[in-house]
Amino acid sequence: MHIQVSQLVKRYGSHVALDGASFEVPADVDCLVLLGASGSGKSTLLRVLGSLLTPDSGSIHINGTALGWTDEAMLRQRRGNGFVFQSFNLFPHLSAEENVALPLREVHDINARVALHQAHETLEKFGLAEHVKKRPAEMSGGQQQRVALARAIAPKPGLLLLDEPTSALDPVMTQEVLDLILRLAEDGQRTVLSTHEITFARKVADWVVFLDHGVVVESAPASQFFDQPGTDLARHFLESLTRYR
Amino acid sequence: MSPETKPRTLLAEVFWNLLLGLGMLLGIWFVFHAIKYNWHWESLWKWRWLILRGWGATVVVSALALIVSVPLGLLLMFGQRSRWIPVRLACRGCVELVRGTPLLVLLLIGYYGVANALGIAKPWLPGVCLLALFHSSYLSEIFRGAWESIGASQLEAARAVGFNQQQTWRFVIFPQAFRRALPGTAGQMVSLIKDSSLLSVIGVEELTQMVRAANAQAYTALEGFIPLAVLYILLTIPLSWWTRRIEERYKFET
Ligand SMILES: Nc1ncnc2c1ncn2[C@@H]1O[C@H](COP(=O)(O)OP(=O)(O)OP(=O)(O)O)[C@@H](O)[C@H]1O
Ligand SMILES: [Mg+2]
Repeated sequence: MHIQVSQLVKRYGSHVALDGASFEVPADVDCLVLLGASGSGKSTLLRVLGSLLTPDSGSIHINGTALGWTDEAMLRQRRGNGFVFQSFNLFPHLSAEENVALPLREVHDINARVALHQAHETLEKFGLAEHVKKRPAEMSGGQQQRVALARAIAPKPGLLLLDEPTSALDPVMTQEVLDLILRLAEDGQRTVLSTHEITFARKVADWVVFLDHGVVVESAPASQFFDQPGTDLARHFLESLTRYR
Repeated sequence: MSPETKPRTLLAEVFWNLLLGLGMLLGIWFVFHAIKYNWHWESLWKWRWLILRGWGATVVVSALALIVSVPLGLLLMFGQRSRWIPVRLACRGCVELVRGTPLLVLLLIGYYGVANALGIAKPWLPGVCLLALFHSSYLSEIFRGAWESIGASQLEAARAVGFNQQQTWRFVIFPQAFRRALPGTAGQMVSLIKDSSLLSVIGVEELTQMVRAANAQAYTALEGFIPLAVLYILLTIPLSWWTRRIEERYKFET
């Protein structure tokens, strides 16, 4: 997945969240991990990459094609992506199976029976066979996040975008979810992941983009970034995260 | 988390309701016993059809006002969220004005002023419209609150799964807002039915008006008021019960 981002700017009012971010990821990378301190702009970058947010300026090319920023273009691009957020964001009025099947039916034009079948298949693969009828409020955080992952993955998205998918979970539940993500990555799912789980990032990442105050400080192959970070900023960041591990 | 409602058996529910009803009757009996009221049911009985006709009018007028008030409330809500400033201001102003005025005053001005100017003599049409308008402005606030309580994260989730505007409305906003608006809407509907009694001031021959007429004809007083209360309760309690049922059906935690 060749990604080329240049001079990306995104402001929230007067606050600049992305301040001319530029980087390039080579085509053979499947899993891109975004790292950076809290508030550095990871979520914002991830949302812009996934066409959930419009940048104020700058451009993104994915596999050579420029992303468009009209409403229709963004909707079309979004429909090829899968998203998982920190706080699950399942639809509370729908059961697990409906959360997964509804977008398949309504967005991807799959007929109802097949959609439900695919939903069940995906949920079962994620170890949720006995929870398909439950509403989000009747499930643990880890289960909810696995449903969210199933919802994102069921339409077979070209790009899976995960924004700190485990930071609202306790260590055991985190493990459940990370195992799944690792499995997906090993199956070659193209993924962009923003996370604070540094050990896990080291395991799945093919490429790392390190952000600070809305600027890309480093963009490097994962092994190089973790073993010999090119900047003091990245080195301090890694040290502070691994100090107690 | 709301407290878990235990599945009660129908029998237990009926039993407790009967017991409560009995207790209430006992209380009422005690009140009338204390004031040593001299009952004359037989003289009122002659006017029973008058009272029932009034009840029928109340049912029809309330039902019509209910049917009008819900879409009107929705319209006022959308108006308040409109992109066009004049529409927004007009709807906002209408809601504030109507909510700030007692229904009685609204009825008097609306009927003796506006309807008069338009040459409408029959009171029931302006009565229904004013009643609907009054309650729709409250409903619009209930609807607005329900809609705005749907968080940005739900809207983002809707966008993330690829819903367009209409799909977001249909599958995410409406079902959740509907559930949240239900209790308030039910309360408002009960109020509307009770408020229909005020239409007697502009001469609509509804239940309260007819009971007073019957009382006057039969030279009775309290004999009329007890069926009056019972007949209103006969409308409001099933309504609350029915909406409670719907609420149960759409229950989910958020
Ligand atoms: N909707 C918003 N309105 C205003 N400011 C925002 C909004 N979203 C993010 N910001 C600001 O933009 C900056 C970047 O936010 P972003 O969420 O991208 O950071 P992040 O790297 O994901 O942080 P974290 O690790 O805490 O999730 C932050 O300073 C944040 O306060
Ligand atoms: Mg974030």
